Amino acid sequence: MSATVFERVRKVTCEELGVTETEVEMDKSFQEDLGADSLDVVELVMALEEEFGVEIPDDDVANMKTVGDAVTYIESKN
Amino acid sequence: MSFQPSGRVVVTGLGAVTPLGLSVDEFWPRMLAGESGIGSVTLMDTTEYPTKIAAEVKDFDASVYVDKKEARRIDRFMAFAVAASQMALDDANFPMDDEDLKYEVGCLIGSGIGGLNTMTEQTQKLWREGPDRVSPFLVPYMIPDMASGYTSIRYGFKGPNTCVVTACATGVHSIGDAYHIIKRGDAIAMIAGGTEASINPIGMAGFCAARAMTTKNEAGATASRPFDATRDGFILGEGAGVLVLEDYEFAKARGAKIYGEVIGYGMSGDAHHITMPAPNGDGAYRSMLKCLKSGGLTPKDIDYVNAHGTSTPYNDKFETMAIKRAFGEEAHSTPVSSTKSSIGHCLGAAGAIESVICLLAMRDQIMPPTINYSTPDPECDLDYVPNEARKAQIDVAMTNSFGFGGHNGTLAFRRITE
Repeated sequence: MSATVFERVRKVTCEELGVTETEVEMDKSFQEDLGADSLDVVELVMALEEEFGVEIPDDDVANMKTVGDAVTYIESKN
Repeated sequence: MSFQPSGRVVVTGLGAVTPLGLSVDEFWPRMLAGESGIGSVTLMDTTEYPTKIAAEVKDFDASVYVDKKEARRIDRFMAFAVAASQMALDDANFPMDDEDLKYEVGCLIGSGIGGLNTMTEQTQKLWREGPDRVSPFLVPYMIPDMASGYTSIRYGFKGPNTCVVTACATGVHSIGDAYHIIKRGDAIAMIAGGTEASINPIGMAGFCAARAMTTKNEAGATASRPFDATRDGFILGEGAGVLVLEDYEFAKARGAKIYGEVIGYGMSGDAHHITMPAPNGDGAYRSMLKCLKSGGLTPKDIDYVNAHGTSTPYNDKFETMAIKRAFGEEAHSTPVSSTKSSIGHCLGAAGAIESVICLLAMRDQIMPPTINYSTPDPECDLDYVPNEARKAQIDVAMTNSFGFGGHNGTLAFRRITE
């Protein structure tokens, strides 16, 4: 079975933010819970774009606060 | 914090990351034993390069000093700086829990080039994948001042936070300028030094193109031979050196161990050529002269000189001429060695690592040798402490650094015995 969108977002998040898998839950905020600063978010989004082959415009990034937001957004694009 | 500066500045902590070891305790005995940190390049593919050897820092693990996320992405020149700073602060037993003091502690860790690895990777990304793939960390990790900036953030030091960029004179100028900052009362302590990490495809290509490096690849560990008649270029090195500098009275009051006092600092400009030293070492001479004058020193006072000694034909010849002119009749009785013979030329870190070496030489009363010395050059006829470390009374040590752009700097340190 191929990895779910959540699993892939979790993997990228762990790599980019240096957090562990158990910390990455749907309702966790990248900046408030997972320690990302504004530059980390830019890099995280770039990594997600590469992972899923999508483009995420800055306006959409502004609304992508949590892991769940990212998963929902990416699912809506695929 | 009310504090009356004493006008005297001492060294209380030493840290170094070098091609001969990842700490002071590791590299110093190896240097004294005459070992070389030079060998085949492993950090990059040198197939198309005329120079295939360098003095690399081996087995460095940034995650020993910063968390895994940071370790993975900060530029190597920043990681070296943090490592050397941590070691220097530990060595100084610096009072890290005094939050008021932190407003009076600054950082001045220069770099000749800055984050060249980051710059190279991201430039490749730009050409291959387009501007929207370039990392948001390109700018912060590329700018040379980030060694100071990152260190100040890491430790919460809120005093003067600045950077010197004077090519191969960076390390000496950083320590010298930090010394002035404390001397004039703008800080009680400074974390000062230099860092460099430019053994990468663009760094090697640039120095190869400038015809500044040796191409004697087969010579390997013996390729860096300052003052020897067969020298033909420098060996690119990398690493960092950091000193904890403190106001003398402050250091004494807190019972700090004191390696020595910064007693002289001279600077000069060649105003001659972008890469070539001024004929006859005129700028180097004036730099040493200013250092002597600023410390109220005479050539007789200097027990040991750690030379710039790059192993290029011009530098070593002109530096010899400059020492003769500055030291007069004392020149031939003053031991001069170049530790670039064993660790290559660490560019912006060189003067800082060589300052660490001067303080260790005074602590242990022993001069590190110029290794790989076998064929005397009639134009280089001083006492270069050839091939073997030498025990001697060393109360005052001097170090020279000269950089592309005609930047010259000389520091003098005095042992404190009381």
